[in-house]
Amino acid sequence: MNSFKELLTIPRLKPIARREALQGLAFIAIWFIGFFIFTLIPMLATLAFSFSNINLAQEEALRFVGFGNYQKMLSDSSLHNALGVTLKYALIALPVGLAVPFAVAVLLNNKHLRAKGFFRVMFYLPYVIPFVAGIFAWGGLLNPEQGWINQTLEALGVQNPPGWLNDPTWVYPSLVILGLWGIGSAVIIYLASLQGVPTELYDAAKVDGAGWWATMRNVTLPMMSPVIFYSLVLGIVGVFQYFLVPLVVTDGTGRPGGATMFFNLYMYKTFFTFQNMSYGAAQAWVLFILILVVTIFLFWSSKYWVYYAGETREG
Amino acid sequence: MATKQANETLAPTRTFSARLARGLREPSRSFIITFIVVVLLAFFLSPLLRITLNSFKTPSQVAELGTPLYPAKARVVEYQGKEYEIYKVPFAEGVRELALYKKGRATSEFIDPANLDAPPIVWTGAWRSLDRAWEFAPTLTNYQQVWDLLNYPRLMFNTIALAVIGTFGTLISNILVAYGFARFRIPGKQLLFTIVIATVFLPEAVTLIPTYTFYVKIGWIGTWLPLLVPAFFANAFDIFLLRQFFLTIPREMDEAAKVDGAGPFRILRSVILPQAWPAVIAVGIFHFVYAWNDYFAPLIYLSTRPDLQPISVGLARFNSIYGNKPELTQAGTILTLIIPVIIFIFMQKFFMQGVVITGVDK
Repeated sequence: MNSFKELLTIPRLKPIARREALQGLAFIAIWFIGFFIFTLIPMLATLAFSFSNINLAQEEALRFVGFGNYQKMLSDSSLHNALGVTLKYALIALPVGLAVPFAVAVLLNNKHLRAKGFFRVMFYLPYVIPFVAGIFAWGGLLNPEQGWINQTLEALGVQNPPGWLNDPTWVYPSLVILGLWGIGSAVIIYLASLQGVPTELYDAAKVDGAGWWATMRNVTLPMMSPVIFYSLVLGIVGVFQYFLVPLVVTDGTGRPGGATMFFNLYMYKTFFTFQNMSYGAAQAWVLFILILVVTIFLFWSSKYWVYYAGETREG
Repeated sequence: MATKQANETLAPTRTFSARLARGLREPSRSFIITFIVVVLLAFFLSPLLRITLNSFKTPSQVAELGTPLYPAKARVVEYQGKEYEIYKVPFAEGVRELALYKKGRATSEFIDPANLDAPPIVWTGAWRSLDRAWEFAPTLTNYQQVWDLLNYPRLMFNTIALAVIGTFGTLISNILVAYGFARFRIPGKQLLFTIVIATVFLPEAVTLIPTYTFYVKIGWIGTWLPLLVPAFFANAFDIFLLRQFFLTIPREMDEAAKVDGAGPFRILRSVILPQAWPAVIAVGIFHFVYAWNDYFAPLIYLSTRPDLQPISVGLARFNSIYGNKPELTQAGTILTLIIPVIIFIFMQKFFMQGVVITGVDK
């Protein structure tokens, strides 16, 4: 809060310093104006909506309903189901989303690999492909009859290959596969960070007789932990909000059997399909608080497992 | 690179035999690692290969089982004004490609396409068990059809217009804000910057309902304004990227310009920007690609105006109508992704730099 008080000292600065501060504020004001209009005011309005019976049509008189919308969530089994779907997906998507780009980056960083630059570019390339196009490209591969994955599995002698997107269990791994083209950015970040690990540390580990795994565990992973932390936080924020891919794949129906009715998709339907604004607003705030709690927990836990190599963090 | 040097300095201390063993091992290791990465990459990019191949196939080839992976048509030969299909017919001396002349249950008559006037060859066996002979024959008809059905020129115009205007707004606003954060002594700046970065964690859903309602009230639904106006107010990622880059530019030149009487805009234009263009290009192309990828906002704000929608929304709609015609949807998918991919191929250096600045400096 000290820096907040600092902000109030501007009028008392010397004229030259005050001019510089005001000029600077004028530049950054562009963002703050946008923040107020497009973020802060709507956020607070959402909060206000969630305590009312507001609606686009507004047939009944507008009134304060207290925690009514929040209480409704406690007994809404479809909502519980949607939260369960999101958590189930998160349990698969988060580890895969961390491990796959990491593994690819470690492979691409291997000193024996040839044509590194080429592979780096090729693994990033699909990142620029619009996700809607990516869904249709991978969707064809996952097609239970004509897709290459099942044709390969059948050729390898698998009797009943999975139904992928049509199967309530396999749909989660399938959605993770549909998201694979998004790993490019994380691969590049991990790779740059792997290359940033000081060579002396590897030399020291070698002198100590550490093998590949010991070096990975005691040198690479701790040195990479800030970047892993960054990916994990953004990954969690992303996975809680995940719904665009199922929206495109199933047209928002939640097929098969509600297995893709994600929390955010349900909220979207509450608002756009059922036109229940105040209930949708309450769901949005619950989502926001969930993300906030998890993010705060992660930042708190980071002091136990994230290693900042002797640097003070400059935000 | 550094690890390699370290190894080489260690090498002379090793015995000759160890060096020999290493010399033998290195190429095979590098072969194995490179092979693993090639296999992974092949899997990773296989959807791209599949849709590219399928988009050049005829509908009948896509529907039929047992056809080649590549776009192909069954070979035929014309003989006495009629077309005969060519099959791969096994004989004791090897497989011959022959045209089926007379179908029979137990024996069939074939003619040799290379020597049509020779008497028909009799082959014993069920002709239905034979494989057809295929030839590589890509067709462009899918693309011609999709071009019109998807209203591709219109969608492309919308996407490009949205991307260009949005990129313009993103660049102007983010450069100004990042400049403010990088170069001015403002009391409490640290706090303000933390607030900017914290918005990365805000879920969009928490602003959606009032924003949408507000746009309904002021008549912005069915226009491009909800997609374009916010771009002119900067965003956390791009501010961060540009600020990090601006901070690496030495301040001495700013100071010199200031002594010469240059104002803030003059310094930004003639000192900062000429040195920051890799970061500026990175922000520009990221936004351009983002505009191509953007789906949800155009979906909800332009649902009543298909003629104003960008390509992602158009493609999703096209797929829900023509989902049973994979050759068409795959041609549409190719048409959607081709431009970002081309931009990437030419600009990949700037993409990589941008990713590294935002990701690693965090």
